[in-house]
Amino acid sequence: MSLLELKDISKIYGELKALDNVSIHVDKGEWVAIMGPSGSGKSTMMNIIGCMDKPSKGQVFLDGVDISKESSRKLTEIRRDKIGLIFQQFHMVNYLTAVENIMVSQYYHSLPDEEEALEALGRVGLRDRAKHLPSQLSGGEQQRVCVARALINHPELILADEPTGNLDEANENIVLDLFRQLHREGTTLIVVTHDPEVAEAAQRTIVLEHGRVAREIINENFQE
Amino acid sequence: MNTKRKMFLKMVTASLLRRRSRMLIALLSIAVGATILSGLVTIYYDVPRQMGAQFRNYGANMILVPASGASMTTESASEALKEIPPDNLIGASPYRYVNVEMTSRQRTFIAAGTDFEQVMSTSPYFVVEGEWPRNDREILVGKETAELVGVKINSVMELSFRNEETKKRNRINFTVSGLLDTGGEEESYLFMTMKAMEDLTGITDTLDVMEMSVSAAEDELNSYAEAISAANPDISARLVKRVTKSEASVLSKLQALVLIVTLVVLALTMICVCTTMMAVVSERRREIGLRKALGASDQSIRAEFLGEGMFLGLLGGLLGTALGFAFAQFVSVNVFESSISFQPLLLPLTVVVSVVVSALSCMLPIKNAIAVDPALVLKGE
Repeated sequence: MSLLELKDISKIYGELKALDNVSIHVDKGEWVAIMGPSGSGKSTMMNIIGCMDKPSKGQVFLDGVDISKESSRKLTEIRRDKIGLIFQQFHMVNYLTAVENIMVSQYYHSLPDEEEALEALGRVGLRDRAKHLPSQLSGGEQQRVCVARALINHPELILADEPTGNLDEANENIVLDLFRQLHREGTTLIVVTHDPEVAEAAQRTIVLEHGRVAREIINENFQE
Repeated sequence: MNTKRKMFLKMVTASLLRRRSRMLIALLSIAVGATILSGLVTIYYDVPRQMGAQFRNYGANMILVPASGASMTTESASEALKEIPPDNLIGASPYRYVNVEMTSRQRTFIAAGTDFEQVMSTSPYFVVEGEWPRNDREILVGKETAELVGVKINSVMELSFRNEETKKRNRINFTVSGLLDTGGEEESYLFMTMKAMEDLTGITDTLDVMEMSVSAAEDELNSYAEAISAANPDISARLVKRVTKSEASVLSKLQALVLIVTLVVLALTMICVCTTMMAVVSERRREIGLRKALGASDQSIRAEFLGEGMFLGLLGGLLGTALGFAFAQFVSVNVFESSISFQPLLLPLTVVVSVVVSALSCMLPIKNAIAVDPALVLKGE
């Protein structure tokens, strides 16, 4: 059953077509990687899937509902309720502790619950770092906090933009293991990446080139 | 307190406390504004009292004279004084004027009988070389008269007065205790006690004028004057317009100046806080973008920045109230030479104004914060 479907979407900036008539779909519980060189339209697609931008043409269905014409206020609500975001540059509120950063996400979604936030930190192996500020955490630890933050509201879709781009190999493996765990639990994952190893961890890879879908690769060696 | 409100407070306070340097500038701006506001408002309300006291140095601002065809006695004048609250009455000097003759020079001068203790209160500008009279046989001689007749301190002069009713001339020797310097017409007079005047003239209990120094604004003085005239038909109470008008004029100008300075300072505070908050928003574009990406609505962003601004306003207002009182006290002691008491109402007033000014200063920065596009910020632009 399809969770996300992009139907003939284009994003045009003046003369430039960042996305050109792209159609993809992602099933519920699926793990999909999106690859492509710089300027291929990955970020534009991520912004549209993440409800941070709207296509110039085409339709975006999320959970069966066309969100392509929704107001930015409605898109904020959808993003808050259905999508968990993970970024390459971690992005934490630098004056809040690890647990408070997770609670911020709860605050915007529903109600902050410190115990639940601590459990989420425990899940990424950082419960003992709960009271640390971002500046007191390593890059890998910060990204794990971001994974916990993305999970805290039980989103239907985790959207990760180059989640391992700034991590060393050890931390990259930790994050990928967390993704595997989430996938086993039925969470839908879309991971935008440059890294073939990260893409190979997914079930399917969509390759973008010049704003179009160049090809799709099914990972025959995918391991749960 | 529910967890959502708790988290809101945690975010607002953490933002201020863990990012001290920038917020300290905003806090100081508000505190300086609140200090000047609190100080100037204290002075604004205290100026009439302070200036009133200063103006009392320029002499009486109200006089009582006998109504047309009537006479004024010590008793009727004392009765009239009851219309003025005792706390407002700084002094009341009775005067009786007669022409007396200086026997040795065979010249006539105006002599005034009065109460010297009261004169010291109503006419602080009287400068006496020597001593004020200590008994009924000592007099003050105006400098001009003293030069004219060649008397000095401790000189003895015989004064005489012919009572037309008794057809008898009284003569009394007086010792000059001091010479009076006022720069005015008083320098041509002789001043003695009311008792000495009665001994010399044989006329008792008659007053020509009662000079009063009253601590009150012009409107209040008018109402006292009307009350005195209404309650005492034999007495006419009048304001010394030269003093009351200039006092009212100076006061209103001074208060207008204080008000304008306060408004200018508040406007400058707003500009300073607004500029600081704009810089804060600019510095925190990524954070704002992140919050929006996490699902923060425009309303949430508005509430958070407004909360920070109002919290700063609260702290700045509390700080400013204390510093403002110290500032007003300093001004009062150094300019008016008297201390002031703390007005409790000033605390809520300063805090509320500081919070409102801070909140208004945040409007433009909040507009900029709301305009931050999460997609652009998160790409690192």
